Amino acid sequence: MIQAIAFYFFATIVVGAAVMVIMAKNPVHSVLWLILTFFNAAGLMVMVGAEFIAMLLVIVYVGAVAVLFLFVVMMLDIDFAAMRAGFIRNVPLGLAIAAVLLAELLLAVGAYNAGGITLGAPDGSAMQAADVSNIEALGALLYGRYILLFEIAGIILLVAMIGAIVLTLQPPKLGARARQDVGKQIRRRPEDATVMKNPEIGRGVEL
Amino acid sequence: MTAFFQSLGLSYEWAWTIATLAGILIISLLVMFSVAMVIYVDRKVLGAIMMRRGPNVVGPFGLLQSFADGLKVFLQETIIPSAANKGIFLLAPIITFTVALAAWAVIPFDAGVVLADINVGLLYILAISSMGVYGVVMSGWASNSKYPFFSAMRASAQMISYEVSIGFVLVCVVLFAGTFNMSGIVNAQQGFGLGVINAYVVHPLLFPMWVVFFISALAETARAPFDLTEAESELVAGYQTEYSSMAFALFWLGEYANILLMCSLNTLLFWGGWLPPLDWAPLYMVPGIIWFLLKTFMFFFMFSWIWATVPRYRYDQLMRLGWKVFLPMSLLFVVLVSGWLMLTRYGV
Repeated sequence: MIQAIAFYFFATIVVGAAVMVIMAKNPVHSVLWLILTFFNAAGLMVMVGAEFIAMLLVIVYVGAVAVLFLFVVMMLDIDFAAMRAGFIRNVPLGLAIAAVLLAELLLAVGAYNAGGITLGAPDGSAMQAADVSNIEALGALLYGRYILLFEIAGIILLVAMIGAIVLTLQPPKLGARARQDVGKQIRRRPEDATVMKNPEIGRGVEL
Repeated sequence: MTAFFQSLGLSYEWAWTIATLAGILIISLLVMFSVAMVIYVDRKVLGAIMMRRGPNVVGPFGLLQSFADGLKVFLQETIIPSAANKGIFLLAPIITFTVALAAWAVIPFDAGVVLADINVGLLYILAISSMGVYGVVMSGWASNSKYPFFSAMRASAQMISYEVSIGFVLVCVVLFAGTFNMSGIVNAQQGFGLGVINAYVVHPLLFPMWVVFFISALAETARAPFDLTEAESELVAGYQTEYSSMAFALFWLGEYANILLMCSLNTLLFWGGWLPPLDWAPLYMVPGIIWFLLKTFMFFFMFSWIWATVPRYRYDQLMRLGWKVFLPMSLLFVVLVSGWLMLTRYGV
């Protein structure tokens, strides 16, 4: 009963918010609706018992990716009318992508229903014991059977990160203002920068 | 509590629902009450350090000052700037406040006294606290005003930067405890130091991590010396500039609830939570919640002490500390801690 109520609650909000992402006139509102979608999708994942994935979804997508998204959208000077002008032109492309996604979903669900693959039996032996927590089950898989793929994914991400840094890193230009030297700033004492004088009344100070 | 409602003749589902709702209500009320008292303590400590009296008019010793302030803002008019994006403008304080309260669901106040004893408790806190940035960003953007917007950008960059090092510090603690469950982390600290001290902080590998965590907690809650989001001299009042009345109060309460949460996390992760300081039988006569509150308020006192003593950081110094000092340091310590544990606990 309560599970059903919770499921329909989350599912309705996910679908409604997802529709609002593309219907909202203001791009900032779109991003906020997207965040609501992520958050409620995490709720659905908790309901199927994947609490670890749900928390990761919130931490990674809501906590980091969507913040950057929101940042970019807020900073842009967007002309709403110009953005909506290309709507009709882009409809066929959008519909095509939607059709591909729908077909893939149907294929996956159909294959699962037909019993094409056995879920929960990664090494072909037995299902994971029910009392093992999400984190342990995932960790055993990631660091056991899929260790090679996991490390390759890590290296690809590392390369992407280094690439982004290389693209944005600018070597100091010749003749540009000197770079900040934090150590030098911290070592500087009041005695190096100031002089205490006690001038007589009516006389100036010579430095 | 579920069992109590079941004994009234309800089915398990409804008994659980009612028990959970009652638990949420009790925790929210108690957190709000301690927030009110803690604001009073904050002002009193600040007054004492500045050799002033602090609030001393409303009620005995000024104890009712926070409630008087609450009543005052409640009776004020809510002003919404005409250029503001109304929906988001009103949603922002609600999000800040809700998120600040939601994190308390997994905090164990005593052995077994916790609303949701979930396996991923620590990750839940990380997830909820990462939601906190939206209240600030939305208020800054929706105000449609320069200073709030600057403040929102500062706040979100600051929160994201320090969340990264907090994440690595938490990894160190989790490696030692072997669980993400908050109660499990506290229980793992029993007799941790030389078999008598109930705290992780005594370990030479975890003490630096606690220092990093404490400073990051200051930055994460935008407390002095990292209160650049509300730097009066530069940004008026930061993202709250355009807010008035209850909307402003919600930000205020949410901020203090977050500070208390960070203090209790310090307690739970490094200082043994509800366990007494020493693993010695007579100390267990004192109820666990007393120890928990004592430790938490000790950290709150340190927060206000720091507020009164340390000057504000410059923004580039803040970013340097987060990214160039804390992040490499905590990364190094994750490696050291896992190496140490492999050597001592699991065998090479």
